[in-house]
Amino acid sequence: MALPSTDTFPSPASRPRRAVLKGLLAVACVLGTAGGTPAWAADPQPAPMPVRGGVLRFLVEHEPSTLVTIAHTAGPTQRVSPKVTEGLLTYDLDFNPKPALATAWSVSPDGLTYTFKLREGVKWHDGRDFTADDVAYSIQLLKEGHPRGRGTFASVTAVETPDPHTAIIRLSKPAPYLLTALDANESPIVAKHIYEGTDPLTNKNGAAPIGTGPFIFKEWVRGSHIILERNPDYWDKGKPYLDRIVVRFIADQSARSAAFEAGELDLAGGPPVPYADLARVSALPGIGAETRGYEYAGRMTQLYFNFERPILQDKRVRLAIAHAIDQQKLLDVVYYGYGKAAPSVISPKLKAFYDPALEPYGFDLKAANRLLDEAGYPRNADGTRFALKLYANPFNTQAAGDFVKQALAKVGIAVDFQFFDFSTYIQKTYTGRDFDLTLESLQNLFDPTLGVQRTLWSKNFRVGLPFSNASHYANPEVDRLLEAAAVEPDPAKRRQLWLDFQKVVYADVAALGLIATDGVTIFNKKVKNHTIGVTGVDASFADVWIEK
Amino acid sequence: MTTRRLPRILKALRRTALQAVPTVIGILILNFFLLRLTPGDAADALAGEAGAATVETLAALKSKFGLDLPVLEQLGGYLSNLAHFSLGVSPRYNQPVAELIAARLPNTLSLMGLALVFALVIGITLGALMASFAGRPADRVLSVVALLFYSIPSFWIGLMLIVLFSVKLGWLPTGGAETIGANLTGWDAVLDRARYQILPALSLALFYVAIYARLTRDDMIEVRTQDHVRTARAKGLSPFAVTRDHVLRNALIPVTTMAGIHLAGLMGGAVVVETVFSWPGLGRLAYEAVMGRDFHVLLGILLLSSLLVVAVNAAIDILQAWLDPRIEVR
Repeated sequence: MALPSTDTFPSPASRPRRAVLKGLLAVACVLGTAGGTPAWAADPQPAPMPVRGGVLRFLVEHEPSTLVTIAHTAGPTQRVSPKVTEGLLTYDLDFNPKPALATAWSVSPDGLTYTFKLREGVKWHDGRDFTADDVAYSIQLLKEGHPRGRGTFASVTAVETPDPHTAIIRLSKPAPYLLTALDANESPIVAKHIYEGTDPLTNKNGAAPIGTGPFIFKEWVRGSHIILERNPDYWDKGKPYLDRIVVRFIADQSARSAAFEAGELDLAGGPPVPYADLARVSALPGIGAETRGYEYAGRMTQLYFNFERPILQDKRVRLAIAHAIDQQKLLDVVYYGYGKAAPSVISPKLKAFYDPALEPYGFDLKAANRLLDEAGYPRNADGTRFALKLYANPFNTQAAGDFVKQALAKVGIAVDFQFFDFSTYIQKTYTGRDFDLTLESLQNLFDPTLGVQRTLWSKNFRVGLPFSNASHYANPEVDRLLEAAAVEPDPAKRRQLWLDFQKVVYADVAALGLIATDGVTIFNKKVKNHTIGVTGVDASFADVWIEK
Repeated sequence: MTTRRLPRILKALRRTALQAVPTVIGILILNFFLLRLTPGDAADALAGEAGAATVETLAALKSKFGLDLPVLEQLGGYLSNLAHFSLGVSPRYNQPVAELIAARLPNTLSLMGLALVFALVIGITLGALMASFAGRPADRVLSVVALLFYSIPSFWIGLMLIVLFSVKLGWLPTGGAETIGANLTGWDAVLDRARYQILPALSLALFYVAIYARLTRDDMIEVRTQDHVRTARAKGLSPFAVTRDHVLRNALIPVTTMAGIHLAGLMGGAVVVETVFSWPGLGRLAYEAVMGRDFHVLLGILLLSSLLVVAVNAAIDILQAWLDPRIEVR
């Protein structure tokens, strides 16, 4: 099967075969089907043998609106979808790709051809065979309708399926992030026979999914729970270990703490409880906390400037604001130490792209005051220099905005902090744009081309589009680096482009990275293997087991 | 109730039903425009939640939900749907609104019903006790308790009930509506659901307990001084019979009036309590609809609520006529 535009591309037979063959960079072996813990399990000690059975009571904070991420990327959906619907690959805690529906893969040296060997003998939950047609169709759906997939797969010109167990993705230009974008929660593979000829947004599969995953969808009682049952015919023989997953939704944070305390829950990502409650809840007997497993999201709290404001066009003012905010204190007071102060806009957790040579600007009130004086904004009689309007994404909590407001008050900037519910915030920031500063919470994702480029690339200044370049930042050098990094197939050269990007952004004080916040998973200590990859509790849970 | 009065009641009900139609349509149109005043729409909310969007996906969402049409056209579309007995489709849940509401309505009604029963039984009992001991220490202590119930917000009471009965004592579950996956039937299922319902109904009820206790107390004290009570006493009736048949019954008129008004309030309180107890009811659906700007769902719930208030008011009229034959059913 091929995408509609395939005829613009030479067929595989007419292409020099050598280029493809010579270009095999890495071919992973078929994953062994022997039982036991996976070789890439996080636990360094010799793990005890997993046991079969048990019900996992899994909390998803808010009720998802659909259970498949084929056209939707909301957090709650990402938690549930991968249990039923799998992806081509999955990733260990160091971002190394591991086989899932694909057993082996290779990339041509020009970065334009990706070849996937698909797992044989896999069946959809309705009994039909999983084939390369499903892969080709899913990638087409992702390219056409997935909020991020439109970008990730934008340069896909065709997906060829020479045999039922081979899929070849052809690109018009390199997409170096492609191989990290194939996790089940980002790029799910759905059944062609279910989606063909329908709108993926309204397909009934979203409410009662059919997948190839370790768990079979049983019921979804709206407002109450979802039940997933063990798939006895799962391709990874012996797995999953759990009999059943009961997914519950608890909207109130304090009620979540209580449910953990009463022993009604086994596992939850998030953090599911307020930072202030984390220490108490994770100290409960039998309860543990885990901060790994959120690298795929690359969470960040950033401060963006509105570059249409003359005051903020002055770099000295932006630098003064940077010096006025004590990042370590912000981390300790507002986030209870769960995270890391970030010098620039790339999360320190994205080790492949982060520049460790940069240091945060540093808390220095004297320098901040001097810079503001130099910029021509002396203090008035009442001690203030000028006023700025601050918004904050509610994911950052009101406390983060209050902290910035008080920090800036010390250098004479009167901050009018306005806090809204999420929908209002999105509308006011990205459509209304009547802000001077906004405390955003934009994930880096697994690759900065997808997570970081959107807010600083001048061509992504689009009024009305959430999470676009609301700053209206425009810097030709930054544009050049972003555009080059987006298509550079060589990992070393690409890393250098991102390091250069961080240096330019840092020197220009284009935006403040502030904090790379930690996600926190709360778990019953009897639950094992809940965090074995960068997607944490968004994984398939095929390996999760419960100690008797 | 005598049979002679029955046709009059039916006539009154018919009039209420006729008056309800313009009232409800007015409420709907007002709500429709009020909701337009909130910033953002369902497409913005969905795109925002997704954490990513492109211009194309956003435009596709807006046109799919009809959000790119002029406001009046949207209103016309909604009213024409209503005329065909359809509440529309929720963009967020991708389900007909009527189905969504029907799935949640029984839960909310049973929660409200139980809360009202709790409030009336506990409130009237407390009030009767307070009136009997008026001015004495027992009255004072109960007054303070009632004042506490009145002033403590229901979500906090809910959390404290959870801490006490679920976390510390382990008697009742912290939230939900039934034991998930237990597949109980018959009496077991009823008992199971009751266990889940006690705490939310109680936290919803306590505020009203305070009101009914005060109302009952004051009215009973007032009624006690009236002539018919003195007559009853003079007839030689026992103090208990006097209190029950002559004092309490007359004192209940204002309580039932208030209970009718409060039913609408209970629905508002249900939003908070259902959130704390993860109760799969209409209140939480309404809350989620507000947060997700899912206006079709919200309008559906508001329509239902206004119908409910109209129906309850009619029922209260009839109930009062039964309690006090001097009151005519209009």
